[in-house]
Amino acid sequence: MKYLRLVLANLGRHKLRTILTIASVALALFLFASLRSVTTTLAATAQLGGARRLVTTNATGIVFVLPLSYGNRIKALPGVTGLSWANWFGGKYGDGKNFFANFAVDAESYLKLYPEFIIPPDQKAAFLKDRTGALIGKRLLRQFGWKVGQNVTLQGTIFPGDWTFTVDAVYTPSDPSLGDDALVFHHEYFDERIGRAGIAGWYIVEIDDPAHAPQIAKAIDDLFRNSSAPTKTGTEKEFQASFATMWGNVSFLMSTIGLAVVFAILLVTANAMMMSARERTGEIAVLKTVGFSDKLLFALTMVEAGAMALTGAAIGLGGAKLLYPAINFNGAGFLPGFKVATSTLIVGALVALGLMLASGLVPALRAARLPVVQALRHVE
Amino acid sequence: MALVEIRDVYKSFQREEQRIDVFTGLTLDIEAGSFTALMGPSGSGKSTLLNLIAGLDKPTRGTVRVGGAAVSDMSPSQLAAWRARNIGFVFQSFNLLPVLTAAQNVELPLLLTNLSGKERNERVRIALDVVGLADRADHFPRQLSGGQEQRTAIARAIVADPTVMLLDEPTGQLDAKSSQEVLTLLQRLNTEFNKTIIIVTHDAHAAERAKTTLHLEKGDLIEKPRAPAMAAVR
Repeated sequence: MKYLRLVLANLGRHKLRTILTIASVALALFLFASLRSVTTTLAATAQLGGARRLVTTNATGIVFVLPLSYGNRIKALPGVTGLSWANWFGGKYGDGKNFFANFAVDAESYLKLYPEFIIPPDQKAAFLKDRTGALIGKRLLRQFGWKVGQNVTLQGTIFPGDWTFTVDAVYTPSDPSLGDDALVFHHEYFDERIGRAGIAGWYIVEIDDPAHAPQIAKAIDDLFRNSSAPTKTGTEKEFQASFATMWGNVSFLMSTIGLAVVFAILLVTANAMMMSARERTGEIAVLKTVGFSDKLLFALTMVEAGAMALTGAAIGLGGAKLLYPAINFNGAGFLPGFKVATSTLIVGALVALGLMLASGLVPALRAARLPVVQALRHVE
Repeated sequence: MALVEIRDVYKSFQREEQRIDVFTGLTLDIEAGSFTALMGPSGSGKSTLLNLIAGLDKPTRGTVRVGGAAVSDMSPSQLAAWRARNIGFVFQSFNLLPVLTAAQNVELPLLLTNLSGKERNERVRIALDVVGLADRADHFPRQLSGGQEQRTAIARAIVADPTVMLLDEPTGQLDAKSSQEVLTLLQRLNTEFNKTIIIVTHDAHAAERAKTTLHLEKGDLIEKPRAPAMAAVR
């Protein structure tokens, strides 16, 4: 502790440079945490999905629909214990800048299959009864200032026209990765408005045992193999993962950019630290003359580097951890449950430690090895 | 036994292809409580001698002992610890750390001791009082005059109560008035506090304040000491 004043005094020598160095470390780690969180959020989304749920889509692609008549045939298969269906709606609210997922579902069966949606019982009952009702995630309530009982109008993009719904219920997801920014409404209302009953975007199939998933999936697809709309069935995790991979190899891209940013900042920081040590050649020689040992000067220089790296890390990582929940960030709906995970904070702290070692080691060794007579000659 | 014993010391430097011999068998004793001035032209080896005594440099051959300790045989870490306890060094250009106040500069050698913060503060206060700068304790070097800076440096040199004070051209950057103040202070430290002082100087007036004057020329002592406190043999 008695050396703290010396360390602080040295850090305060060029306040602007110290602040800029800390800021550059903070920015690097903020970006690192943000980019890595995109990766971890996508990974968490890909892991989402009940082990007992399969998803059946049109084999040609998710934008192609399936006949609703498939439902009863799927339900009749051994091992199938529940079934529901949904349809992507793709409506926008207001100017459409704030994207959120919205789709039509067979409400009663859908909510049975998704106990992850936590809904107050009275609201749930109201939604099930109301043909034009909507169930929304709590984020939308905050984002648009909607209230329960209020009418909201979406503009259809795939299915044109103004679609007005009554907000009957608000859900909170038991798993944040599920997202809390979707709007679901009754498939009956959807069928009625588009005048084309009997289609489903995808089926959600509940099975008795996750171990039976491959056989049941195969049985479903075999059932419709020679029909006009063959199916593709997989686990819900695979279905979610297919959305995540629509982003391309985002994880690799994010990791590469993150590392490049950290490396660039490392060079800047190391340069600043070395410049600082070079400027103090004379002072280091004076301290050695006073009796400061090589080890002590090495340690003090490393502590200085550490103070900058760790302060920057605390600001950058702490800032990322606090900022995103505060602004309710979800990547325009593409990154539901976006959060800076503890693992990211740990990796970030390790990066900061590496930064400290890399930027402090050269100046610290230089300070320790400095031949005092030669340095004094430089001063005198 | 002399406080500083230099025995058959050789010191040479390599400058590019050329070897420069500074000392070729220098032998010298300096007694405790003495005030010795080292004079001589540039390149005569005055500062090198001071560095050898302080353990900042090692002789090519021979022995340097201070207070019975073989300085020339110590490892770098042993030397650092030894210097902290035994050497008070004052530079021509003061060399105060600009980011620390006068008191914090003076405190530096005490950071290497086991003294408590309170004890360190008390010692710093006394040292600054001795050099007449108690009222400048919280001033930064840039807020002090050259003379005050050098007196602060002297306070830093005496605060840990070293065995010997070594001063390299301490008045070299001072005006006449400040030089006199610093020299008077050194005399006082020698007579009142019995500090052993070795001063390198070009200034004959400064040398006059010393009890003993040694003249070095090309690494050789060319004049016998004028006081019995010191004996030099070459």
